[in-house]
Amino acid sequence: MSFHREEPKDFAFSTENLAKAKSIVAKYPEGKSRSAVMPLLDLAQRQIGGWLPRIAMDYVAQYLGLDPIKVYEVANFYTMYNKKPVGENHVQVCTNLPCWLRGSDQVVSACKKTLGIGIGETTQDGKFTLSEVECAGACVNAPVAAINDDYFEDLDEASITRVLEAIKKGEKPKLGPQNGRMNSAPIGGPTTLKGEG
Amino acid sequence: MPKLTIDGIEIDVAPGTTVLQAAEQLGIEIPRFCYHERLTIAGNCRMCLVEVEKAPKPVASCAMPVGEGMVVRTSTPNILKARKGVMELILINHPLDCPICDQGGECDLQDQAVAFGRDRGRFAETKHAVKRKNFGPLVKAEMTRCIHCTRCIRFCTEVAGVPDLGGIGRGDHMEIDTYVEKAIGTELSGCLVDLCPVGALTSGPFAFKARPWELKKTETIDCLDALGSNIRADSRGNEILRVMPRNNDDINEEWLGDKSRFAVDGLMRGRLDRPYMRKDGKLVEASWSEALQLVASKLKATPAAAMAAIAGDLADCESIAALKDLMSDLKVANLDCRQDFAQLDPNCRAGYLFNATIAGIEEADALLIVGSNPRKEAPVLNARIRKRSLKSSFPVGVIGPKMDQIFKYDHLGDSAALIEQIASGKHPFAATLKAAKKPMLILGMGALSRHDGSAILAACRKLADATGMVKEGWNGFSVLHTAAARVGALDLGFVPEKGGRDVKAILDGAGKGDIQLVYLLGADEIDVSRLGKAFVIYQGHHGDAGASRADVILPGAAYTEKNATYVNTEGRVQRTKLAVFPPGQAREDWKIIRALAETIGIHLPYDNLSQMRARLADINPLFAKTDGVEAAIWGQFASEAAVADEPLKTAIANYYMTDPIGRASPTMAVCVETFVSGAKPRTGTHG
Repeated sequence: MSFHREEPKDFAFSTENLAKAKSIVAKYPEGKSRSAVMPLLDLAQRQIGGWLPRIAMDYVAQYLGLDPIKVYEVANFYTMYNKKPVGENHVQVCTNLPCWLRGSDQVVSACKKTLGIGIGETTQDGKFTLSEVECAGACVNAPVAAINDDYFEDLDEASITRVLEAIKKGEKPKLGPQNGRMNSAPIGGPTTLKGEG
Repeated sequence: MPKLTIDGIEIDVAPGTTVLQAAEQLGIEIPRFCYHERLTIAGNCRMCLVEVEKAPKPVASCAMPVGEGMVVRTSTPNILKARKGVMELILINHPLDCPICDQGGECDLQDQAVAFGRDRGRFAETKHAVKRKNFGPLVKAEMTRCIHCTRCIRFCTEVAGVPDLGGIGRGDHMEIDTYVEKAIGTELSGCLVDLCPVGALTSGPFAFKARPWELKKTETIDCLDALGSNIRADSRGNEILRVMPRNNDDINEEWLGDKSRFAVDGLMRGRLDRPYMRKDGKLVEASWSEALQLVASKLKATPAAAMAAIAGDLADCESIAALKDLMSDLKVANLDCRQDFAQLDPNCRAGYLFNATIAGIEEADALLIVGSNPRKEAPVLNARIRKRSLKSSFPVGVIGPKMDQIFKYDHLGDSAALIEQIASGKHPFAATLKAAKKPMLILGMGALSRHDGSAILAACRKLADATGMVKEGWNGFSVLHTAAARVGALDLGFVPEKGGRDVKAILDGAGKGDIQLVYLLGADEIDVSRLGKAFVIYQGHHGDAGASRADVILPGAAYTEKNATYVNTEGRVQRTKLAVFPPGQAREDWKIIRALAETIGIHLPYDNLSQMRARLADINPLFAKTDGVEAAIWGQFASEAAVADEPLKTAIANYYMTDPIGRASPTMAVCVETFVSGAKPRTGTHG
């Protein structure tokens, strides 16, 4: 297990992120600043554009006064810290049990077809990376795909293709359920608690 | 005192004891992988499961504190079944490559799999392997065999103080790694090999050399630093193949520095295995009688005032005493054992001992280090300082160069004048020392070997008195030696007799021609180019600096090849045991001197080792008792003089090569390339 070879030479928080980092550290009690390691890694990942090179882990370690290895451990434990560069849009399709039962296989194959890449790969133009994730935590709207921070739910082959095509064109597709229902309410609107009695 | 029952036996134990420790007190063995008594408790291998009454499931005994009235069972059918299950799980990803694994024969996993595991595996799926990792030249990593007990991570973080290792990845994909591919940067890295319960971390230099059951194990003492760490030398035939630490809570616990452990391959290289004489500028082989005859004639022909003897850093007490007896008979006053010019005062024993004792470091509550870097001079002792500083607040002040240390310290400066300032109470650190109940001072050879070393010694004595370091039951004044032979030589009085010359004066005299004969007893750390035209007799075991200048070479034995006495920096008398015989015609050192005396016509009154040892006890009664430490009486030593306001230095720059054995060792050469000179990169980030 080694880090990626296309390492940037240096890394430091931008002025804006430095202010953010300061307020993040301030959330934790005095002397417990190591608790801030996860939000700071996230901040660094966002600043770089979706992935965490080692130099950024070292920077966070130094920022918090931690041994670098402690930060490597955290960054490598959580799958949402990307240790390799990812495309502009990181398509993370959930293939865990509930999503799979609701047709995530079709969603994945639609992604592969539309983007022309396999799981773990990035498109040549660097716009998309396709990943498989284990439970995105939205089982009630299965199947689900997260594209960067946005959730697209109640997907099927047609709707994920539509979403991806829209992103390709630079449009902003509608977030949330793609089958017309509101949040997690039943399709066709609420059936109880309608305020009538 | 909670009382509990384990397997039907009642026992009272101290509160906070774990079930596993309590069982151990009863002699009940509970299998374990991750638990180690000198590391924090991890509780992740699950091998130590026991049944506790009223607990719904088996509990991990290593992490379970005892409770009043607890009823524990360690070998019910249920537990035996649980252990079988755990064992099976641990073995799922283990390659079972025992036939090609160096741990085979001394492997906890192997032993426990036989004792507690199933007789066959049921796992038919693919095992996963781990890419080869590079942890440096000393520790060979085969991480496919790793069972993730995390002992190595905990050792690095807690004891060695270099958090280089971590668990990278999660679950099934977790790997122990440095993540950045670097050699583990501790002088105690060999201990990882001992700690690893499986064959994941094995000794690099020992790889594929021997099976443990082929080795003869000799319990002896290490001589490559001044601690006298207890070791076990494993040999096959006439070769020491490896050295491992033995447990001694007073000295090295169960750790050992890398030099002491891995420099032993130097014992097979560059050895002096027969006498040599210089003829027409070239060293030619000679017989013992020729060599002894020549030395005897020279010793007889040279006036006493023009002869000198210098004892080296690895010389044993027996040979030092014999050489001193011989020199006294010849009326030679120019004797010295302080090759590095350390201005130690031999008149007061407390003035040259590590009085606080190594275990005593744990009792100290403030420390001042003067001109010493214990990490390089005695890494095991350094780990003790770290252990103390992790326990509770422990102010450490350092006068000397800044160092890369594994404990927190205040760098007070590097000027020797600071000693005076603290002694007179002008410096704020004086208050820290005074406030402490058991303050301590570590004085290094870097300070004492300066031109004003004696003044520094006096200033430190003053400081010790002024800050209350010496009191009933505690003496914090501690000199950290770098040479295994030094304290023994001082105890035997191998120092200039009245009107005699010290090393510096001997070298000056040899340069000027006043000294015509120099007897080097394993002395290799002096500048031999300053010996001028003097006739040089070198007695020792390696063809190093001294031998290259010698006119006669008398081949002696290394510390693993003789039954010899050494006194460590605390003043602890310990004995090495002969593990292998000296090579070729080399002989035990005191016997060489005894034979030489006989050739001259002087009868030294000892014919065997026990008479020799009786003579040691005769010279200094301390030698009558071994292994203990007797508190030395505090007294006057070193005369006060002005301390030069110059920056202090430390004695050792290159930890891996401080003696002829290390310099002859190929392993140490690789270590120097990796850790000191940087010729080999420590990290893999360069390409």
